[in-house]
Amino acid sequence: MTRPIRHTLLRLPMLLAMCALGVVFATPLLFMFAASFKHDDAIFANLASWTSYVPDAGWSLANYAAIFERSNLPLFLLNSTIIAALVVVGGILVNSMLAFSLSRMRWRGRGAVLAVVVAMMVIPFEVIAIPLLSLVARLPWPGVEAGMLTWRMGWFNSLHVQIIPFLANAFCVFLFYQFFRDIPPELDEAAKMDGAGPWALFFRIILPNSGPVIATAAIVLFIAAWNQYLWPIMVVQGEAARPVQPGIQQFFGRSNSWGQIMAYASVVTLPVLAVFLVFQRQFVASVAGSGIKG
Amino acid sequence: MTARLFLLATALACHALACQAQAAPVEIKAWRHDTGDAEMLASGQMVERFNRSQDRWKVVVESIPQGSYTESVTAASLVGHLPCVMTIDQPAVPNFAWAGNIRPLDDLLPSAAVAPLLPGGRGVYEGRLYSVGQFDVVLALFARRSALAREGVRVATIEHPYTAQELYDIVAKVKDGGHYRFPLDLNGKAKGEWVSYGFSPWLQSAGADLIDRADYRRVDGVLNGAAALGVARYYARLFKERLAERNPADEKGFEQGRSLIQYTGSWKARDYAERFGNDLAVMPPPDFGHGPRVGAASWQWAIARSCRHPEGAAAFLAHALSAPEMAAMSRATGLIPVTVEAAALTERYRPGGAGRIYFDFAARYAIPRPATPAYPAISAAFEKAMSDLRGGKDPDEAMDEAVEAIEYDIARNNGYRNIHAREAASK
Amino acid sequence: MKTILGRDHPLAVSGFAGPALILFGLFVLLPLLLAAAATFTNHRLVSPEPTRYVGFDNYTRLLALQVTTVAPLRDATGEVQRDDEGLRYPTWRQVRQARPELAGYRPAWQFELGERRVVLAATDPLFYRSLINTFLFALLVLPLQCGLALGLALLVNQRVAGRILFRTVYFAPVVTSMVVASIVWSFLLNTDRGLINELLRAVTGNPDAGPDWLGESSHALLAIAIMSAWQGAGFQMLVFLAGLQSISSELYEAATLMGANAWQRFIHVTLPGLRNTIVFVLVSTMLMAFGLFTQVDVMTSGGPLDSTTTVVYHAVRSGFRQQDIGYGSTITVVFFGIVLLVSLLQRVLLAKGARQ
Repeated sequence: MTRPIRHTLLRLPMLLAMCALGVVFATPLLFMFAASFKHDDAIFANLASWTSYVPDAGWSLANYAAIFERSNLPLFLLNSTIIAALVVVGGILVNSMLAFSLSRMRWRGRGAVLAVVVAMMVIPFEVIAIPLLSLVARLPWPGVEAGMLTWRMGWFNSLHVQIIPFLANAFCVFLFYQFFRDIPPELDEAAKMDGAGPWALFFRIILPNSGPVIATAAIVLFIAAWNQYLWPIMVVQGEAARPVQPGIQQFFGRSNSWGQIMAYASVVTLPVLAVFLVFQRQFVASVAGSGIKG
Repeated sequence: MTARLFLLATALACHALACQAQAAPVEIKAWRHDTGDAEMLASGQMVERFNRSQDRWKVVVESIPQGSYTESVTAASLVGHLPCVMTIDQPAVPNFAWAGNIRPLDDLLPSAAVAPLLPGGRGVYEGRLYSVGQFDVVLALFARRSALAREGVRVATIEHPYTAQELYDIVAKVKDGGHYRFPLDLNGKAKGEWVSYGFSPWLQSAGADLIDRADYRRVDGVLNGAAALGVARYYARLFKERLAERNPADEKGFEQGRSLIQYTGSWKARDYAERFGNDLAVMPPPDFGHGPRVGAASWQWAIARSCRHPEGAAAFLAHALSAPEMAAMSRATGLIPVTVEAAALTERYRPGGAGRIYFDFAARYAIPRPATPAYPAISAAFEKAMSDLRGGKDPDEAMDEAVEAIEYDIARNNGYRNIHAREAASK
Repeated sequence: MKTILGRDHPLAVSGFAGPALILFGLFVLLPLLLAAAATFTNHRLVSPEPTRYVGFDNYTRLLALQVTTVAPLRDATGEVQRDDEGLRYPTWRQVRQARPELAGYRPAWQFELGERRVVLAATDPLFYRSLINTFLFALLVLPLQCGLALGLALLVNQRVAGRILFRTVYFAPVVTSMVVASIVWSFLLNTDRGLINELLRAVTGNPDAGPDWLGESSHALLAIAIMSAWQGAGFQMLVFLAGLQSISSELYEAATLMGANAWQRFIHVTLPGLRNTIVFVLVSTMLMAFGLFTQVDVMTSGGPLDSTTTVVYHAVRSGFRQQDIGYGSTITVVFFGIVLLVSLLQRVLLAKGARQ
């Protein structure tokens, strides 16, 4: 057997497996997407058949039109984008810096802090939700009124209440920490010999070579911020600062509008997938271009 | 100098008197649960009409998604961020009143507005009125006459409702007939308050109840007494023998012809009437011995204790309760008005109207849910018991567990004694 | 041998560590302490009654456990009564009336031993059951999710056409809102009309095939575990991918030169190179599994028969929905302690394993 044919034959089962898995993974999402083009009755007409997973002959954009009419979806999307972007940028900075100090700097109490950070990964959000609520109700926030600096009591109904408490993320710190630990110490030595201090070392050498872990952390933070549900319900009552996820509850009521729910879910999911699609090329590119390994 | 002082004084006086003729209307904040449908539109128009009808007050409505409404309002009440006016689901009103979040309406609303309200339009706690509503919903058994005829089942009427045993026999026979996999649709997809709203009337119909309404303290012997256990066993049997589906995928079973009879609320009335026309049979709920019972009352309006302009809020509420407004709301949503006068103004619910039967159900069969601050706990415990019954738990154990959960909650809250009445009395 | 820049200037350290530590302290640790403080009170969510200090009452209520045996009902002649489901026993309420020391206790588990029933009674049986459910769930989801993730990563790492597309598809569930995913899965898992049972029926040819996934207490947790694995595998796949790509290709070339086949390369090059990554994935999946809440809330509401109630679900239901903050916080604080212990145990075991 010639090499190219054997090559292809070896690849074939792999390709088949990937396709099969792809179908399994995609099926629920196909349902969601297909249902968004259907009338409510049609969605449940034949739940067991494969036709539920593809749009039908009478497909229309009526559900999409309805969700934009019934709710302020563009505003919610904007809010979520701003929140997620700030959480990602701020989070990467803050968490990587802490991880750097934990992995490559020597200081007293370093071990204890690391243990506490790891312990914090365990805390589900629901545990601290209520005390956190009381806390942010009492925190001041600066504002400008008539050219003067004023202080507003409480962080309710704002974007910052959905950003600041989530910048420090124990999981991300741990991610960065593990990654930094594997970077060879020779780099530090070289930097030291060149007279670079820790700041230069961090920002000019370590961070630029941390492409994969930054990409991973970015995805973690983005998803966490985008999918926030319980917290916005508690701290945002108005539409002005509302993000996307609580908005879907509007379509659940005495009569659930399933088609609209699916349309809403599609609108909320697809942009993130698109972002991921773009981001993952960077991820691959940065790993390929990294000069550390090899 | 004196002239200047005089001018200053006049200016101040004018300002102090607010120069009302030229002052902007005072903003009244309102929150309502977002049902996202015709109700929202109708509600918005009502608010607009109120704002236009006078210039002292301007009501600004913020709509909060219904699915998370309770959490949002609770979180806001924790930190004192409640608006002036808000909607509350009527059975939760005593709890809000007890917690001190809303104020009594007896002195704020004109008696002419309040007096004609049927029980479904009021939220009462310890003899005082805390909320008022524009509409009511009732429960009914829906079926299609043609389907009933084909299966050889009689149509129940308000004079001759099905007895519980009769309903069971009907459904069991129909299942044997083989046309329907799950002949009875109990709206199983709906969670939350639906369970208590829909099935506690069965308890009342059997002579039991969720709690002893004499003192709202005793649950033992009431929720797990013989009558209540009978209902629990009945309910469990329906699922055990697969006459009703345990975990339906959707609420469209009846609409799509997969079920013969559906037990649900009258909010479906207009939809079904449009769909099935004269083929629709609207029947009273089953009679467990003391006559059929339906729940009463839906979402109502209340005024927060922290509201700085209760008169404005009260004016808005009075406007909402006026017969034309109530009728307009009913016309837009298809829900039942709560005064006879308003009903007379609507096509559906006036005497002889197509929907008058629901109005009659309400008048004849309605029992509001227990007006106690313990209601959220009662509802949660009851819902869990029903869920366990569907899963096959022993009815005695399930009802006992519910009783204990409720008893524990009441004890934990010091019997829900009315602190504010105590304080007011001692002043 | 690692050398680190000597003991560093405190200013530099605080510059790097400061921001995150302040944020952690203010928004995580402080609320946690407040929650812990609340466990010693009867603090309620909305109540006109003042909050009182209650000492360890919440803890006692949470943890109290007793073992007791119950004799079956006997009729007039002293014979045990039976019905079609086995021996007949008195209801728990009757048992308690006869034994006042059991006041406030409810059965957590019971099983029959010969002609007696042994009951483990607790004042909060749901807590113990939810603890078991949570650990059971973690046990189910860990191999499913991590195994799947590793498999996906290995596949996607190959130079196959369209792997970017596949990667996106595998990752798509991670991005989907859990609420919507849970809803769609409950359609899929529907006993009568769901796709999964439909496929089972088609494959086995048996029209009655297909269990009641979400309605039977024996299946519900497994169904949720499968759904969670589906949802989370894509993310762990990325982590594995990063790990795979950091294994130097020279190692693979050396192994091939030494005559190793694909399987041997996997065992001796890939797995050791992935050691840290595997540990990380296992630990993080386990921790996320402990926090299971949304799927349970949407798909089963803790049922059927409490088989899918997890500790977090129990805590949210008690704390937020039943408005008992003091008690809800107690549940989470105790759970936090348990999980902490488990993680510590893990670290000790892993450290031992590394040294050997």
